Amino acid sequence: MTSDQQQDTRIWYGELTTRSALRRRGLLQVSPGLFWILIFLTVPALALIALSFATRGGYGEIEWIFTFENFTRLAGYGMFGWSPDYLIILARSLWVAFVTTTICTALAFPLSFFIASKPKTTRYVWLTLVIIPFWTNLVIRTYAWQLVLSPDLPIAKFAAALGLIPEGSPLYPSEFAVYLGMISAFLPFVVLPLYSSVEKLDWSLVEAAFDLYSNRRRVFMQAILPQTLPGLSVGAILTFVPAMGMFLIPDFLGGAKYMLVGNLIQQQFGKSRDWPFGAAVSLALMVLTLVGLFVFRRKGEKMEVI
Amino acid sequence: MQAQRKPILVPAVALGTLAFLYIPLMAVASFSVNDSRFGLAWQGFTWKWYLELFRNEQILEAVGNTLLLGLVSTVIATVVGTALAIGMSRFPWSKKTSAFFEFNLYMPVITPEIVFAGALVIAFASLRYFSSAFEPGMLNMIIGHVTFQVAFVALVVRSRLAAFNNEIEEASHDLYATNWYTLRKVILPMLTPGIVSGAMLAFTLSLDDFIISFFTAGPTSVTLPLYIYAEVHRGITPKIHALSTVGLLVTIVLVITSQKISNSFSEKERDDA
Repeated sequence: MTSDQQQDTRIWYGELTTRSALRRRGLLQVSPGLFWILIFLTVPALALIALSFATRGGYGEIEWIFTFENFTRLAGYGMFGWSPDYLIILARSLWVAFVTTTICTALAFPLSFFIASKPKTTRYVWLTLVIIPFWTNLVIRTYAWQLVLSPDLPIAKFAAALGLIPEGSPLYPSEFAVYLGMISAFLPFVVLPLYSSVEKLDWSLVEAAFDLYSNRRRVFMQAILPQTLPGLSVGAILTFVPAMGMFLIPDFLGGAKYMLVGNLIQQQFGKSRDWPFGAAVSLALMVLTLVGLFVFRRKGEKMEVI
Repeated sequence: MQAQRKPILVPAVALGTLAFLYIPLMAVASFSVNDSRFGLAWQGFTWKWYLELFRNEQILEAVGNTLLLGLVSTVIATVVGTALAIGMSRFPWSKKTSAFFEFNLYMPVITPEIVFAGALVIAFASLRYFSSAFEPGMLNMIIGHVTFQVAFVALVVRSRLAAFNNEIEEASHDLYATNWYTLRKVILPMLTPGIVSGAMLAFTLSLDDFIISFFTAGPTSVTLPLYIYAEVHRGITPKIHALSTVGLLVTIVLVITSQKISNSFSEKERDDA
């Protein structure tokens, strides 16, 4: 045996083998899945970046002429001077996603504690009640809100009686309807991970905090919140990312006046056939999402240190 | 004593939140048996909208497409994703390589679906240079679904792999089992609960998907969500109430089945231990 081979030999899970043999075996197992994601997601996502500097040809084809035009257009500079339309859409998307995440989190806490307080035998029934809407198709759930907000039903009638909307008209499309749809769509995304944190909660810390005369706010901030932070941040991310790119809910419940960035991208890849501009908007959405994720993470860390 | 005050607020908010989730679903279900073609005023009980579903060829075709898409993509994603997870965690990859794997695995999780859909449109447009098989249609939909499913299956299976200890595997090797034998007789059986829940998740993700399907579907590959979307844009009809209710019932059955499966696994594990 040469010294070269000796170096290559190693024990892996009780088996005498060579490093290169291991690597071959590992690559064989990893490569189908990895290539799949690479070819259909990672590389195209990078192509999206390149595309955002290209130009749309007269028939919707792509011309590889390097330009910043897509970004100046997104910033509002067009043929007829400056208009903030696209910037408003971006800011609105960020705001809607942020508010949705915050409200979902606020509602998820009581629900998680409620489920965790149930005896083990009935707990899974309550959990199932959260999972069912979570697994129900979003198209169905969003359409269901259209139905609930339609003019003949109590909610719209009540709003009409208060003079908020004209008699006999539905409560959608409206900002209010978009929020209803968003919150109900994403609530389970926060409840399920948060619940798994709450279930593991060490209550002796909570008792100790009360024993040391902490008020309820401090007990929550210092004994409960830090322990539930892992579940909470997973829930916040699972809500914030899809909420940023949401296109179905504003489409059904927001109408043309309450467009979000998802609708804008869909338009560019669909009807308008302006892929370079669509790519630029996608890039902006991606950047905003990453910034948002960063903020949530930072906020999480800070809370832990309080 | 603040701490011993009987809590009312928490259960009230919790139940209110659950009601908030269920009101729309119950509204759809109750109007699906309302004998009125227009409007929502109660006109009496009827099953006729359900009967209409079974006679509607477009709907039956959409159901077929949805199931075909869900089953084929789930099978592919489960095999590929499980292999990916095992390959990732069972070999001494360098830090850099592992980071590269991780990055690809989390791509579908941190990419907003609409950006993912745009990326797929670009991928298929490029592939059409090489083959006309990548025209919008079932093949593209399956590929698109597998792409996000693979990552989720791999994440679920990996968390399962991380949970069990290596000693059993080492023992198997010590007893002169071949790699293939160890994989079949030791690793895969231990992983089964993880693989099953990964597959269930992949299947539901496929059934639930709207955006990826919307961007990759062709005229002959309309799925149920796409069909409902198009119909709702034409206006609310009782047929859609009925179709949505069927969708809801299927979901309930799926959820309960998967809970039963995962419960039986955890019971079996307790017995084994």
